[in-house]
Parts: sequence; C-alpha cells; structure tokens
Amino acid sequence: MSDTLLVMEGIDKSFPGVHALDHCKFDLRAGEIHALVGENGAGKSTLMKILTGVHAKDEGKVIYKGQEINVQGTKEAQELGICIVHQELNLMPHLTAAQNMFIGREFMGKNKLFVNDGEANKRAKELFDKMNLKLDPRAKVGSLTVAMQQMIEIAKALSFDSSVLVMDEPTTALTESEIDELFKIMDTLKKNGVGIVYISHRMDEIKRISDRITIMRDGTYVNTVDTKDTDIQQVINMMVGRTIYETANEHNYTDLSQVALEVKHLNSGKKIKDVSFKLHKGEILGFSGLMGAGRTEVARAIFGADKFDSGEIYVKGQKVKILRPEHAVGHGIGYLSEDRKRYGLNLGETVEQNISLPCIDKYTNKFGFTNMSTITETSKDYIQKLSIKTPGPKQKVKNLSGGNQQKVVIAKWLLRDCDILIFDEPTKGIDVGAKSEIYKLLSQLAKEGKAIIMISSELPEILRMSNRVIVMCEGRITGELDISQANQEEIIKYATKREA
Amino acid sequence: MANTISKNDSKVVGVPKKSLFSAENLQKFLAFGALMILLLFFTLASPFFLTFDNIVSITLSTCVNGILALGIIFVIITGGIDLSIGTVMTFSSVMAGVTITNMGMPIWLGIIVGILTGTFCGFLSGTLVSRLKLQPFIATLGVMMITKGFSLVLSGTKPIYFSDTPSFRQITAGSIIKFGAEGKYSIPNGIFIFLLMAVIAAIILNKTKLGRYNFAIGSNEEATKLSGVNVVKWKTAIYALCGAFAGVAGIVMAARLDSAQPALGQGYELDAIASVVIGGTSMVGGEGTILGTVIGAFIISTLTNGLKVMGVAQEWQIVITGLVLVLAVLLDTLRKRGNK
Repeated sequence: MSDTLLVMEGIDKSFPGVHALDHCKFDLRAGEIHALVGENGAGKSTLMKILTGVHAKDEGKVIYKGQEINVQGTKEAQELGICIVHQELNLMPHLTAAQNMFIGREFMGKNKLFVNDGEANKRAKELFDKMNLKLDPRAKVGSLTVAMQQMIEIAKALSFDSSVLVMDEPTTALTESEIDELFKIMDTLKKNGVGIVYISHRMDEIKRISDRITIMRDGTYVNTVDTKDTDIQQVINMMVGRTIYETANEHNYTDLSQVALEVKHLNSGKKIKDVSFKLHKGEILGFSGLMGAGRTEVARAIFGADKFDSGEIYVKGQKVKILRPEHAVGHGIGYLSEDRKRYGLNLGETVEQNISLPCIDKYTNKFGFTNMSTITETSKDYIQKLSIKTPGPKQKVKNLSGGNQQKVVIAKWLLRDCDILIFDEPTKGIDVGAKSEIYKLLSQLAKEGKAIIMISSELPEILRMSNRVIVMCEGRITGELDISQANQEEIIKYATKREA
Repeated sequence: MANTISKNDSKVVGVPKKSLFSAENLQKFLAFGALMILLLFFTLASPFFLTFDNIVSITLSTCVNGILALGIIFVIITGGIDLSIGTVMTFSSVMAGVTITNMGMPIWLGIIVGILTGTFCGFLSGTLVSRLKLQPFIATLGVMMITKGFSLVLSGTKPIYFSDTPSFRQITAGSIIKFGAEGKYSIPNGIFIFLLMAVIAAIILNKTKLGRYNFAIGSNEEATKLSGVNVVKWKTAIYALCGAFAGVAGIVMAARLDSAQPALGQGYELDAIASVVIGGTSMVGGEGTILGTVIGAFIISTLTNGLKVMGVAQEWQIVITGLVLVLAVLLDTLRKRGNK
C-alpha cells in the first residue's frame, strides 16, 4: 500500500501582514497514517485548509491521484474524496446524527418534494455498523458526548467515500477507551487504502499510531521522518528549533509548611462529597481524576462561581465567606478556567484590556476615569515578564495563539496579586514549546510563594509538576499522595475507586 | 502507556430516550395544559364565556394573529426576528384593495397580488439580512417603516372599502360549514383558512428541505454553511415565506373588516412573536413546533377574550397578557436549564 495519493509542493500563502506558508511541501501515501506536527502558528492548519478547499493557495501545486487539482471550496474537495474532521466540530446540535451526516445532500422521497429521513437513517446505520459504532442515527447530536459527536464527523467524512482524511486534534476530548476505538477505526481505514493526515500535539499517540511524521515550523517545511526510526525528542527539537526536555521533573523544595488555603467538608449535591484538603504556600497541588470526578466543581465552589451546600473555607487561617467570585478575588484567589476562550478571556478585546479587567479600580480615580496609559505600561511589563508573543498590548486577544492567550489569563491574575491560583487544565490545546514555558512559569510562581492548585487530566503533567497529588473520583477525594509515592498506576487506582 | 486517564465504557451509547416526558413533549403538554386551565378558569369566572358564539369569536380573532405567528416561526427558528410582519400584512391588504376596489380587478387577482406583495416584502427583508448581513432587528424595523409608509401613500391615508365586491367578505366571515336549524350555527371560513395554513406550515417545516435547512441554520449557521448549504439563498427564502404568510393574513384581515385599514397593523407582530414564544419556541433558534405555535396563539386570544367577557378593562388585558408572556418565557428558561 505505498502508492502516492497526494503531493503538495511549493505551497505559498500569505494573509495581510502574515506570510503563513513559505513554499511548503507534503505528501501522503495510500494506507498510511501521516502525522503533521508543529507549534501553534507553524502553518499546519493553514496547509490543510488549502488542501480541503477552505483557503485558496497563492502559489504551488496540489497533485491528487496523479492529477493536478485546484479546489474551490469544501464541497468540491469533499466530492473529490478529501475530507477534514475539524477540532471544533461542525455539527447542528438540534438535528439528528443522520440528518447532520447528510446535510446538503438529503435523500428525497419519491415525490421529490419531501425529505426522506428513513433512507438517511438506513445509510447512516450501515456506516456506523461498519465502524463498529453503537449509535442510533435518530439521536439528537446535542444530547451526545463529544466523543460520539466526533465519531459522527468521521462517519460523515467516510460517507463521501474519502481517500484522504484529515483529522485535526481528534483526541482532545476523548477518554482512553474512546481513543482505542478511534484508533481501531483508523486502522480499518488504513487497510482500505485511505490516507490519513493526523494533526496532534500528543507525542505518545503519534509514536503509537503514525507511519511517518512531517514537521513544520514558522510556516516552513522542516522534515519528514519514519516514525519507527525516530526518537520523539528529535521530533520535538525539530518542531521548536531548540532543545526542550519534555519529561524533566521540576519540583520545588522550598518550605511548604504555611497553609495558604484550607477546605473543610465541602459538599454540593452529588458533585462534591465531603471534600477536605490543605494547600500550602509555595506548593503545587495536583488534582487528578477522570473527567467528571468533580475537580472543576470543587475549584468553582472555592472560587464562588457555583453555590455549594455546606463546608468551610479558610484563607491564611481565617474563615471566609465566598458567595461570588468577587469575594474570592478579594481574598486573593484566582481561577484559570478550563475553557479559556469562553470563561477566561474577552476575545474581542485587547491584551491590556484583558489583563487589567479584574483590577480596573486600581487604575481609576475617584471621579471614575481610568488611566489607560498606566494600564498600557503595566501590560507591557507583563508581556515581557511572561514572554507573551504579541505585536503589542493593543493586539486583540483572539489573534493570539492558544499558549499566548493562556499567558494573558495568567497575567490577569498576577496583576491582581492573587496568592492562591487555581489552574484548570492549564496546557489544554497548547503545543509542546508553549507548554514548557507554562510549566516554567508555574514553577517560578511556586518559588515566589504562590499557592497553586493544578487540575489536569494529563498524568505526565501531574507527575512532573506537583509536590502532592490529590485524586478524586465521583465527587470524593479517594487518594492523597506525596510526589515520591506517586506514579501513573497509583493515581489510576485511586481515580477509579468507585464507592462500593 | 496511559497518558490520560480512562473510563471503562463498554455500554451502548447514543440511543435516544423516547419517553413521554421528553423535553419537547413536556413543553407541548405545558402549553396545552395552560390553555385548558385558562378555558376552565374563564368558564367558571363568567357565564358568557362558554357559548357557541363566544368560542367562535375566540377562534375568529385567532385567525389573523395565528397566520402571522405561523409565518414568523420560520424566521425565529433561524434565530432571527421579523418586526415588519404587522405592517407588511397591512400593506398586502392595501395592495389587494387597490387591485380589487380601485382598479376593479377580479377578487382572485387581488388575493394573488396581496400574497405576492407580502412575499416580496419578506424577500426584501431576507436579502437585507442574509446577503447584506444586516442585523435582523434593524433590517426588519426598516422594512416595517417603509411598508407602513407605502400603505398610507397608496391608500391616500384612507381606508379602502370592499363594498363593491360583497363576496370578498365571505373569505373570512362567510361560512361554508353550517349546521343546526336554519344554519344557526356557522363556523367562519377564516378558521379553516388558519387551520389550512397550519397544516401547510407543518408540512413545510417538517418534511421539506426548506424546513430541514431552517432548523440547521438556526442550530449552527456556520456549520451549515461549511457543509456546503447555500445559507444565503435559504435564509432569504425563509424570510420570503414569512412574508407570504403575512400576505395571507392581510387578505384574511381585510375580508374580516371588509376594508383595508392602512393605519392598522403595527403591533400585530408582537402578539405573533408572543404566540410563538408561549408555544415553546426558543428565540435563540434551532427548535420549534407548529402545534405549539397554534396553541400559543389560542392562549393569547383566549386570554384577551376571557378577560373582556369578565369585564376587565382593555388596558388591564394588555398588562395581563404581558405578564403571561414573561411567565411563559421564565418557565421555559427554567425548564431548559433543568435539562442541562
């Protein structure tokens, strides 16, 4: 199965002010899984958008199945057999799975006037069975899990009889067993001669599933390697252009005896059951557990974002009443939410506006006028301190990459002088290079004496950064480990310790 | 090597729960239940309520508002709004009047002109919203004022009467169906026109491509566009359809009043929107039912009629209707929040 399916050469693309792709190349063989890696902003999404018809290229050739093609839109690409499953799902939640799959190419009834859902359901079921997917095509997409929704997108791509399937970060929302199912499906596709482009930041998955890896950096093509012959560290170095140690352990050994935050017997419905713990100054406390274990709920309760039924919170030894986030912030607690785009940032506003939002009164005089120039200067300080890659403090936050957006959120809480920081999945959706910078930042903050709670679903991250690890399962704390006793198996044991 | 923590998922996923108490059915029951409670309440509150004539009066007054509501639900499902339907309805009736009375054309031509007028105004709104990307609120507000003006211009600010053509009146007020001794009990045609429009609306919404794309656009417009559907074309068609319904409402109203009244119309859109919302349709888009809308329209006219029969002053009727609307939306929001 080594026929060349696709060759892209000399692809050049510019947007106003940005040279996104500089004469890039890429090739794909039938029946291979070809990983495409690179930092955020490297150009991999842009390259794939050109392939799948979302953007038009400025220069270069795309040769598909031996013929040069010039795709003018996603529909044309789909009809040729080139499909993409986006990271952000393109589904209509109010419609059923089958309706979503066949949108735009509905089956019509005999009278040519009415839509034939029965036929759509039948075809969808056939496809699901082939994928070994237990799903009713009549289920409304909005009621399904993200993993199921992703499967529907894949089924949709398959229904076009695709020869080329591009998958953009397909596993971010999936559990281990769902990932296994996905990989099984990809294996079946491989055997049928489909060529798969796999865009991901997860190095271990790439090592596991890909045949070749193409690395891009700053809009240029760097190299293509055979996965089995290559060490992942080399790949990372090529991505980043400098040496990054992915698995170094960074622990702080400062005095961890002062208690910054104590939570006693926190309860909230079925979501939080009798949670008690202490957080020390200078400590990074890792919170581990399955998705839905209750970690975010605990964080939001402490932060005042959600009401809780009973429990006590002590900040620096004093009992505090936190009913709303402003109370929490007043006590020096900052919360970096999991979904920074929705809860952490005003995307339409600038870097300095976002950074200064929690403490505008610091910069406002008694007549209500805000001193913008001081805000700009302060923002510049933080941009430098945290190495935020942005043209300036007046750049709109939505134009920054994920990692830099996250740094803006961190700057926001630092400016507010928060001593207790709760990070919820701090490196989600962030590439390896930026991840490393966030880890360095977290260590630095801990060294400076901040008390940090780090909620994460990535075990290497927990093991690398934490001084202690608290494991939750179904709303309860099931385990508390010092880092010296913690390893993946131990944590998983506690994470799956359901109530008898 | 496990990098993220896993769950043991060996069960079947994704099978929809088809229970009697599912979200959609609950809303329909709520609306229907509310209507029954109102009917019960007013029957007990006043002896004049539950008479044949009064019930006919309720259904007759539902017709015009009901047809408007049937039209605007399509626009609301896309997540948009059309504030012009009241004045477009009037403009359509004026155009019918100009055709039939002023120009002496046959009634059927007047009806066609009326409906086409409504369709064209809807098409205009749709173009402004889909092609020129104006905000629906602003675009239809503008169309509302333009059509209101044109109604006054074309009619010379005076009502146009259909006295030369007495059969026009029969469209709404006349009765094909009579029963009882000497045809004592007659059901006005207008009601059947309303029910017919409801059936047509239901078929379009649930069975055709237009209906399918209507829900798709309301659910996730960007995704629909990326799936290769010509959103601009279909959205324009949806607004045009709404306009067509407004045109039909115009004919029905003109027949009922036996005249085209250019000063009327503005304000009708609010009752229509209220009917749709009380019937359980979300203003955010993506969902809605014709049955719910019909029940919503009946709730409003029952409420207005019942209060009137009880002797409640008109000013207070409006206050109470407003309160009912707020209550309906509140219950709906709570129900939706509870489902999450």
